[in-house]
Amino acid sequence: MNLLGRMGWGDVVFEPALANPDSSDLIAAGAGGVVVLGAIVALYCLFHYRLWGVFWRGWLTSLDHKRIGIMYIAFAMIMLVRGVLEGVVMRAQQADGLDGGFLTSHHYGELFSTHGTIMIFFMAMPFLTGLINIIVPLQVGARDVSFPLLNALSLAFTAAGGALIMVSLVVGEFSTGGWTGYPPFTGVAFQPGVGPDYWIWSVALAGIGTTLSGINFVTTILKERAPGMTFARLPLFTWTAFTTSVLMVFALPPLTVATSLLALDRMAGFHFFTNDLGGNMMNFANLFWLFGHPEVYILILPAFGVFSEVFATFSGKKLYGYTSLVIATVVIAVLSFTVWVHHFFTMGQSANLNAIFGIATMTIGVPTGVKIYDWMATMYRGRVRMSVPMIYSVGFIMLFVIGGLTGIILANPTVDYQVHNTLFLVAHFHNMLIPGLLFGMLAGYTFWFPKVFGFQLDAFWGRIAAWGWIVGYSLTFFPLYAVGLMGMTRRTASYTIEAFQPWMLVSGLGALVVLGALVALGLQLWVSIRYRKALTVEGGDPWDGRTLEWSLPAPVPEWNFAHIPMVTARDDFWEKKRTATVDATPATYTDIALPRNSMLGPLFAVAATALGFGLIWYIWWMAALAAAVMPLAIIVRSFRTDIHRVIPADEVAAYDLAFRETRAALVPVGRDGEETVANRGRANREAFE
Amino acid sequence: MSAMTHTAEDRALYGFWVFMMSDLILFGLMFATYGTMLTTWGFASGPEPSELFSMGPVAIETAILLVSSLTFGLATLALKHGQGRGVIALWLVITLALGLGFLAMELRDFAEMAAEGAVPQRSGWLSAFFGLVSLHGLHVAAGCVWIMVMLAQLAVFGPTLDVASRLSRLGLFWHFLDVIWIGIFSVVYLGALA
Ligand code: HEM
Ligand SMILES: [Cu+2]
Repeated sequence: MNLLGRMGWGDVVFEPALANPDSSDLIAAGAGGVVVLGAIVALYCLFHYRLWGVFWRGWLTSLDHKRIGIMYIAFAMIMLVRGVLEGVVMRAQQADGLDGGFLTSHHYGELFSTHGTIMIFFMAMPFLTGLINIIVPLQVGARDVSFPLLNALSLAFTAAGGALIMVSLVVGEFSTGGWTGYPPFTGVAFQPGVGPDYWIWSVALAGIGTTLSGINFVTTILKERAPGMTFARLPLFTWTAFTTSVLMVFALPPLTVATSLLALDRMAGFHFFTNDLGGNMMNFANLFWLFGHPEVYILILPAFGVFSEVFATFSGKKLYGYTSLVIATVVIAVLSFTVWVHHFFTMGQSANLNAIFGIATMTIGVPTGVKIYDWMATMYRGRVRMSVPMIYSVGFIMLFVIGGLTGIILANPTVDYQVHNTLFLVAHFHNMLIPGLLFGMLAGYTFWFPKVFGFQLDAFWGRIAAWGWIVGYSLTFFPLYAVGLMGMTRRTASYTIEAFQPWMLVSGLGALVVLGALVALGLQLWVSIRYRKALTVEGGDPWDGRTLEWSLPAPVPEWNFAHIPMVTARDDFWEKKRTATVDATPATYTDIALPRNSMLGPLFAVAATALGFGLIWYIWWMAALAAAVMPLAIIVRSFRTDIHRVIPADEVAAYDLAFRETRAALVPVGRDGEETVANRGRANREAFE
Repeated sequence: MSAMTHTAEDRALYGFWVFMMSDLILFGLMFATYGTMLTTWGFASGPEPSELFSMGPVAIETAILLVSSLTFGLATLALKHGQGRGVIALWLVITLALGLGFLAMELRDFAEMAAEGAVPQRSGWLSAFFGLVSLHGLHVAAGCVWIMVMLAQLAVFGPTLDVASRLSRLGLFWHFLDVIWIGIFSVVYLGALA
């Protein structure tokens, strides 16, 4: 037996670049080199600056929902960088792609496959899971999620999937079957190599992580709410988190089934989706989109939640139409299970079936429209402050409506027959995903950053980034509608029709602006960390917030609430500020039990990565070992009883009283000072309404 | 201090229900896949259900699994009435033996099918059959491991709140597998022989 399965020296990405390189090989080797170098630099820093202990105790083994959430988001941002870079390389290729270009079509195929997979599973999903993790327990008045250890395991599975897709840059290759991985093209007959296996296992592991997160969040929102936090009082972000989590529980299993069955076809010669011996690839398309369509609502709903919080807060008004927003959210979630066929109108089912699914698709426009009007009505007659999160949110409304309209166009099967698989579709879904999902995540990141870290993000670079995304997005993707209508197909590296080229050049230019926006985001973070002392918001409430999380110190202590609050209203904190009951000091404090650290998280991350790697390369001993370690670890852990650690009441009291004193002593800041160093986390309330 | 309080127990049970709903979807989709493969196209001129299945062993397997649900229920009752760890453990051991017996019979069925050339690589329908039935089998195997762990916990801790809470989730899981099996029995086996 070969200890390394089917892996050989020729699979390492540097080999072709040394042997007989073309530009594609060099780019691949460069990307692989960056991964290796990045890993080495990260390890060097950890050891050189002796950060290893802090990293291990404070982060990797921590079960604190806020820290787990931060790790999710940090991971998402790293993946965002890779995803955007790949997008820019693809745009450059197509700008140069008249009769050629600098990438082979195989390499282009790998690029759109990794880009799509990364953006969906390893950028968007971890980003929103991280935000939910951090914010939901704070908004419902809880000390943690229901299952803190499970939370760490979810992160481990997601990270393992991400690790595999990073490793694919260095050893082996990635699938060229797109983020959807349709067989039979991804079956052994057409792609015998490891590419599709990398796709299968990275996606499958991430899917397991997401299912577990969904279970955790559903239970948290149903069972951990503070007294008085009824459903009618839940902040909108929590509502959207709840519906998204329900979707995670019900919509991820189809993905698990689709990827596992494809794996059985590839590894064990089954015939679920093969061309021969009774396989049926339409089953895969159905299973995949049974997951895939709800997935796009998993992605968008939390962003809708963020926008709802942002519009209300920065308009200094109660959210308009709370109830209709909640109903619209739930209706969207339910409808999301009834439209999946619109992803393959052209695959030969009857016209009637297409018509039904086309109409079902269009109906989703209704609740979404309700939301748009609610948000606009929230701003109407409010004293709107154009802060950075607001720029993203207003940009979202403008651009998202356009994307929604093109979606309604695509929902018409007759039109879809014309533009199916063209860049029109690519323009449409980027139009939903960038202004919708990504702007939502970036708005949430800017909005809650001060809550989590205790200092706000620099507004200057924040503005540049926000505008950069808006302009860059528009320049990159609006031209694609045009070339799509002209018939340019998606997933093609080069073309022979000259009329496409000008549009491709504009689009390429737009991609550079997007790259600039990404750099601005990086600079914003760097500048903010550098001047964090000046940007401190120790009062914890920099934006005149409305919901419970803003009543807490910034950064939030690990126990979150010194006292579990009694909720008496929707926008509870805002009401309490109005009636001036925030500063009343609680009479007594009690001991607080928190989960102890656990090394199961990092252990699972390593084991799950090894499991995936073993299965991809047929290194059976590694896969078997990893598969045994995980359940064994759980069993061993189940015999431990000392899983809690108690924070004494005195310590909580000292912390809480000190915070209250600090907050009371702060000078409240008005509208003009909100995004400056004058903002110490206490708002001058009269100025805002 | 025991890690579990009543509310913690409550939320763990609740979370487990949610997990099982998710798991149920897995099975539902495998059933649906099976349904679409149950065609002449899916048989791909290979063996067909009516040639392969025989009622005898399947009926016995069904009986075994149903009885194991009963014995698990008796373990739960023993726990509830404070009958001590000996009685609880006894019922659990019986349940475990039945579970293992079921698995052994199922493996024997598979081996017989393979001997007749009915392997999953033969046709789409056989792929779907083995996919669905072994997914259930894997669940039963996991349940058996879980019973063994709980026997060990019973020995170490006795019937504490923690252990009782875990047993209640295990019970839910075990009965759930019964329900799934009834589905498999009706759709896969009765459907083929009717
Ligand atoms: C930020 C700038 C971005 C650029 C420049 C970009 C560019 C591209 C390009 C060039 C393609 C391939 C089009 C084709 O030839 O078929 C693509 C595909 C895709 N992108 Fe992006 N993208 C960006 C952001 C995003 C984001 C934020 C997401 C999701 C959250 C995303 C999700 C996808 C998906 C799912 C595909 C389809 C992959 C496939 O064909 O399987 N992209 N993108
Ligand atoms: Cu869809």
